[in-house]
Amino acid sequence: MSRFRVAVHIVPRKGILDPQGKAVSDALHSLGFDGVSDTRIGRHIVLHIAATDANAANDQVRAMCDRLLANPVTEDFEIATVEPV
Amino acid sequence: MKFGIVTFPGSNCDYDSYHAVTDVLGLPAVYLWHKSTDLEGVDVVVLPGGFSYGDYLRAGAIARFSPIMREVAAHARAGGPVLGICNGFQIACEAGLLPGALLRNSGLKFVGDTVRVRVENADTMFSARCEVGDVLRIPVAHGDGRYTADDETLDRLEGEGRVVFRYVNAAGERDTTSNPNGSMRDIAGIISAEGNVLGIMPHPERAMEDLVGSSDGRRIFESLLARVSA
Repeated sequence: MSRFRVAVHIVPRKGILDPQGKAVSDALHSLGFDGVSDTRIGRHIVLHIAATDANAANDQVRAMCDRLLANPVTEDFEIATVEPV
Repeated sequence: MKFGIVTFPGSNCDYDSYHAVTDVLGLPAVYLWHKSTDLEGVDVVVLPGGFSYGDYLRAGAIARFSPIMREVAAHARAGGPVLGICNGFQIACEAGLLPGALLRNSGLKFVGDTVRVRVENADTMFSARCEVGDVLRIPVAHGDGRYTADDETLDRLEGEGRVVFRYVNAAGERDTTSNPNGSMRDIAGIISAEGNVLGIMPHPERAMEDLVGSSDGRRIFESLLARVSA
């Protein structure tokens, strides 16, 4: 077993109203960042887990997202990095 | 008829629910601790409002793993009534007892107000003492009450008469001002396919006596009394 640091991004699914993201988009526009067309605000979760290899760590975290970390009705997730520690 | 009111860490409407059932309706009720695995023979389970587990991760996401929830799910599967109010609605969705999810209010603010909901289906165990079109005045108090589901689910809920309550204005009509949280299709309360689980964002247990501004919430409890034999 090795240990891995896995980072996950979870964001509101496309098409689902994200009022927080919209408020931030508006604020960015008022600062002059006119190129911003969409902002979605979610969560960034970092886990340290034991697994046989990076693929197994990835699979474990995917299962965690399916069952708890993300809400399949409203959120999308993306495993950003899997790094040995 | 005996009510069981689940207390999660962070529940704060468990006492209101207990008061509603015992002091107002004169019926027996017990608190069910979230770590318990015994429903103590109750006929109706109330998942009360509050902020179970501090709303960590998502509202209701952690509460559904409490030991008592396994028993609540079994009770629901066997056709037992479950009344999920506010955080209880969020927990019921997270637990898969009801479809959809409750997201941050579209206005981003916590909303504490008395709202009006219209009865859309009076042929349920939670609304049998109402008529379709009746408008009930019931308080809301939530930050995450925006009911959200995909179009297919929403169409199914409407087609099957499972949207029981909708936010409306004083005239009983849907408009842009009557929906306090941006819920899709102005949904305030839905029932499960089998009709025995109600999720509702407004708090009927806080509208039980004229002294507090409205007793319209009694109609929901009285519907249970009329429909559920115990």
